[in-house]
Amino acid sequence: MPANRFNGFTDLGIGIGLRIPHYGHILSKKPTVDWFEIISENYMCDAGRPLEVLDQILEQYQVIQHGVSLYFGSTDRMDRQQLKRLKELVKRTQTPFLSDHLCWGSVDGTYTHDLLPMPYTFAAAKNTARRVREVMDYLEVPIIAENVSSYAEFHVSEMTEWEFLSEVVERADCGILLDVNNIYVSSKNHGFDPYEYLNNIPHGRVGQMHIAGHSKYEKYILDTHDHPVLDPVWKMYAHAVRKCGPTSTLLEWDAHIPSFEEVHREALKAKKFLNAVKDRQDAAAVLATA
Amino acid sequence: MNRMARTVTTRTITGGKIRQTLGELRELQRLTGSVIMRPLSRQWRMRRKWIDDRDMRIVAGEFIKPNDRLSSFERIEIYNRQYWFRLIDSFYGDFPGLRAVLGRLKFNRLAGAYLTEHPSRSYTMRNLGRDLPQFIQKHPKLAAPRYELASEMARFEWAQVEAFDGPARPALTVDDLLGKDPAKLRLAIQPHISVLKLKYPVDDYVIRLKKSGLRGDASNAIEEDSPEERRPKRRVLIPRPKQTFVVVHRHDNSLYYKRIEEHGYRLLDSLSKGATLLKAIKSAFDSNPDPELVKEWFETWTELGWFCKA
Repeated sequence: MPANRFNGFTDLGIGIGLRIPHYGHILSKKPTVDWFEIISENYMCDAGRPLEVLDQILEQYQVIQHGVSLYFGSTDRMDRQQLKRLKELVKRTQTPFLSDHLCWGSVDGTYTHDLLPMPYTFAAAKNTARRVREVMDYLEVPIIAENVSSYAEFHVSEMTEWEFLSEVVERADCGILLDVNNIYVSSKNHGFDPYEYLNNIPHGRVGQMHIAGHSKYEKYILDTHDHPVLDPVWKMYAHAVRKCGPTSTLLEWDAHIPSFEEVHREALKAKKFLNAVKDRQDAAAVLATA
Repeated sequence: MNRMARTVTTRTITGGKIRQTLGELRELQRLTGSVIMRPLSRQWRMRRKWIDDRDMRIVAGEFIKPNDRLSSFERIEIYNRQYWFRLIDSFYGDFPGLRAVLGRLKFNRLAGAYLTEHPSRSYTMRNLGRDLPQFIQKHPKLAAPRYELASEMARFEWAQVEAFDGPARPALTVDDLLGKDPAKLRLAIQPHISVLKLKYPVDDYVIRLKKSGLRGDASNAIEEDSPEERRPKRRVLIPRPKQTFVVVHRHDNSLYYKRIEEHGYRLLDSLSKGATLLKAIKSAFDSNPDPELVKEWFETWTELGWFCKA
């Protein structure tokens, strides 16, 4: 299932986030990288250095847009100016699909700039799915919604997080950006089995995966994106790839960012898991034709 | 947000067997938003009392589940703290000079008061500090005793945010101006450019701060601790008052500040207010200007791409 209608039928391989400390290295050395993920909001500006760098990157690389402010789960009306700017950027980058988070973060036009957890209710699922559809219709590109890491749960929830995710994506007919690290973080914070999560989502809708590092505290885990990926997350990733197929994957590293080479090296560790599944699939295909 | 929070009744939206409605979802988001955006205590913790004076542990318990390690209060407090850490950290990135002028504690207090009165109304954090210069003027006590310097620094630093990625229109060249009647010619200044008359040489001060090792960018990552101390490596003396004229602009997508003379400021200021070129020159100079000087200015300014069609 690497290429499907939710990721614009792309099979991109392993990408890393485009971050300012690496601009110089990327533009001067032009390293071989399957693709870069950009945070859409960083380039939804009028002019200046961000767009100049983006255009230079676009000359060399495939860029996929990832957003942090669509807030699919909010009850506000969509901001048309924001969508207009986003669409201009979509045209510029030619991103084959676009991702943002299954969360909320604004209410009555006031923004928290955080990815806040949803109450897992049917009303919320319906509202969220409606907003995902609205964005898809406007932008005219497929959307994949990412599960967030969370530190709090609402009493009012009527289902599990993975049931909620499934409910939303089925209603919206959109894809999933499966963030394996986020599942791990939330499973520790809320005490659920992360494999039950991985086993009970619509695998055919997964269009991309995220992996990242996190930080452990005495009573909870924070999604800090400032470490290499930890072993339990790699284990879950291997399981997720077996379930979903060898899916395009991105390593997130957003704080205490090391050299470009170190980030890329960490990302490429995903290759062995992807190749293992590909080899198994190839072997199965040979057996089937024998 | 506080206005909304006062109207929220938490009891109607807590768990139960009846399914949540869309209206209740909105009310829950209003309540959660109010809790998350509420100012922290002096110790950077969530406040112990809610706006109606109830114990915050009880309020949090009404809509947030506890777990075996954290109470409802502690779980929602993680978001409350992250909200402020993130926004103030963003302010550190946009207003490093102001922070140096005020010092960390006063800067944090000013930022907290400002963000409480002006929470973000945009999907992007880029515009967060837009009203800060006016806010300082409205609340001079928050920046005392360096209110004037702080106010000028905020104007100067906001101008840099605008110049960094603000809109640009096709720039006029010297050839575009040749042969035009100055009595009829109107020129606009690029929308991302700010022409500033300042009471302090804040541009020099910021350059000295940068040389001394001032932090220059903000992080989007989740910070586990409160916004950390980021002192310049060497102490930089606070500037004395001195009228200064500066243009904050962008050239080849790099940010610059260029000192100009008072007459130059008056000329650009008049042009930006819609005066014709002739009128702007007349209003800029008390006596007849040196034509060579004005010509030289316009050659430089057009070369820098400052003018566009009015």
